[in-house]
Amino acid sequence: MLVLGQDEKAKYPFLADAGEYLKDKGFSLVQFGSDPVLKLSVEKALHRIKVAAAGEVYKSDLIDGQASKDYVLEREVFSFLLAIVLIKLTGMSTLIKRFALAEARRAENYLEKDLGNASNKSKIDLATRIIYDLFNIEIIKEEDFFVIPVSDYLRHSVTFHEREWKLINRHVENGKVFLTPDKTVRLIRKELGNYISSKIINAPKPSMIPGLESIVNELILISKKLTPTYTITTGEYPPCIKHAIDVLEKGENLPHSGRFMLATFLLSRGQTVQQIAPLFKNAPDYNPRVTLYQLNHLAGTSGSATKYACPSCEKLKTQDLCFITKECDNIINPLQFGKKRKL
Amino acid sequence: MNEIDTKFLEDSFKKYYFNHFDLISSPEHTSEREFGYQKFNSGMFRHISLKDEKELHLLFMQNIPSDVYCSNAYYSFPNSPMNEKDWKEADLIFDIDAKDLNLSCRKNHTISICNECNEVSKDVNQCVKCNSTKLEKKSLPCKNCIDASKIEVNKLSNVLIDDLGIDKENIYVYFSGNEGFHVYVFNSQFQKIGSKERSELVDYIMFRGAIPETFGMKKFKPNRSSFPDFNQKGWNGRFSKQVFGSKSKRSKIISELLNNGYSSFQKILDDVSENIGVKIDPNVTMDIHRIFRLPGSINSKSGLTKILCTNLTKFDPYTDACFLNDDSVEVLANCPIEFKLKNKKFGPYINEKISLPTYAAVYLICKKLATIA
Repeated sequence: MLVLGQDEKAKYPFLADAGEYLKDKGFSLVQFGSDPVLKLSVEKALHRIKVAAAGEVYKSDLIDGQASKDYVLEREVFSFLLAIVLIKLTGMSTLIKRFALAEARRAENYLEKDLGNASNKSKIDLATRIIYDLFNIEIIKEEDFFVIPVSDYLRHSVTFHEREWKLINRHVENGKVFLTPDKTVRLIRKELGNYISSKIINAPKPSMIPGLESIVNELILISKKLTPTYTITTGEYPPCIKHAIDVLEKGENLPHSGRFMLATFLLSRGQTVQQIAPLFKNAPDYNPRVTLYQLNHLAGTSGSATKYACPSCEKLKTQDLCFITKECDNIINPLQFGKKRKL
Repeated sequence: MNEIDTKFLEDSFKKYYFNHFDLISSPEHTSEREFGYQKFNSGMFRHISLKDEKELHLLFMQNIPSDVYCSNAYYSFPNSPMNEKDWKEADLIFDIDAKDLNLSCRKNHTISICNECNEVSKDVNQCVKCNSTKLEKKSLPCKNCIDASKIEVNKLSNVLIDDLGIDKENIYVYFSGNEGFHVYVFNSQFQKIGSKERSELVDYIMFRGAIPETFGMKKFKPNRSSFPDFNQKGWNGRFSKQVFGSKSKRSKIISELLNNGYSSFQKILDDVSENIGVKIDPNVTMDIHRIFRLPGSINSKSGLTKILCTNLTKFDPYTDACFLNDDSVEVLANCPIEFKLKNKKFGPYINEKISLPTYAAVYLICKKLATIA
């Protein structure tokens, strides 16, 4: 277990054991509903959640990552712990997601500074220890870079869609990837968010604290305003699907991966196996029995009952099946083509 | 395939398996692998688990399979249905196939067999006899195909060793038994990574998805100092060799690159990818549940053996992977192009009855270019 200094607890409050921290300081949760001095921490917690709900990162009272006075530090940690209590009391999952993301971004800033702090080895050590303890990634400092095994890099970077995160766009040598402090930290952003949200989800739900009812209700209102989105669909096929249909119509050979894409796409769009099967009749190796067997397999109506999903754009690029146009509009799966998100 | 041809192939394969079982080594962790096999004129039998080499031997002798496969994955329950197998890890495997290399020689030794009227002709897109477009293509790969595939194998080995830190001793190169090579990587840091991660690794090896910034070309205020140099490791060094050619030309070419701008640089990256990227089949490496032809077994597309290449430079598949006997057989052959096996030239044969050594007869029958007379 990590032993944290005073400042570290303020920077990374999610590492502190909430119950123990309060007990150590001689407080109970109920006091926060009534004690006027402690109410300052409640207000700070409310502010912290509101900022997160608005998609921004809360700026703490720390100066250069240091707490100037003990009470500043205390309030930093209290406000984090109380924010979790308040969110639990609202029971709104949207708030958990937004808060966890914002807190992860905030911690990311500190981790990045600590890693980039060439003059202070202990800070670097702590940051690398946090990353190792929480996410099991061993990071070694090599001159100005942090190096991690290629396999660890891939495990985390595969979820990113920006091209700069592709392995080809990194310096790779001898089984290691070389990263700057900001990229190192960015790599674990999602996990950091997941870690914080799982801490919130797994925290026991407290009973209502007298005096905090109105704040909780205010947060519920904020959260409700955030939620609804709906989409409209044009119904047109994306270029990859059009291309696949073209190839088949011409009687040319569409590779297995292309047939898989086409079939899973159309199945997801609600077409039936009987509607899809005739598309393949021009294929050079068409066999109606095999086609029906394979389509039923993909639809999950035979075999293991697994329904196969349409491959992502990233995968289709690798398979040379992507024919991107500007209408694709940064989608990550062909099924999203033509769907416009409306707030 | 008719019964007489099937019987002949089965007999020839059986003799090989009886005499050369030493060439088939059961893979490491045999009991954790999924095995599969095909018989002539029949579908695939999969999800088979074998305890040891003895059971593997038995599988060959009892079934006389046309093809035998083994998973790169290790499972807790290899004989359960796919979603209950409990995947543990998988060796990293690459497939380099001459047909994917866009070689100009291909058209000289590709044969089209019409699915409708069985007419055999040199590479065409439409049957010369009945105009059908339903054609089956068969290739009799030439030395150029094999040499070009070897170049890709060497390029792959370099990236694996220098960039990905793989020990040379853990890389095994096998001739696939038909038109290319399978490269196996054992005991690497990549054993446990999944399909998506392997797909990223594939893009790295194939030099796909590179952005100009990675190779020194910034979108705004680009400058000379950020371009790569020859002595750099990894793709930076290889890029320099390809694009700059020699040290004396580097400066001039950088000026040109800067003048032509960002989007033209992206185009160069895409072009360069064709030359320096390793041409592997991406689908094979990404698949963590695939079964691969078992080393030492015969490939029924050719009658040649999938075999370990200990000296790739000297390796000649048409002698070193050709193990069937020389007993003479009469066949009716229809093969419009020439080929070479065990240093002997054969063909072309235009619908003629001839006597051939077993290994050559098997080769043609496997390619659907002959039948037993």
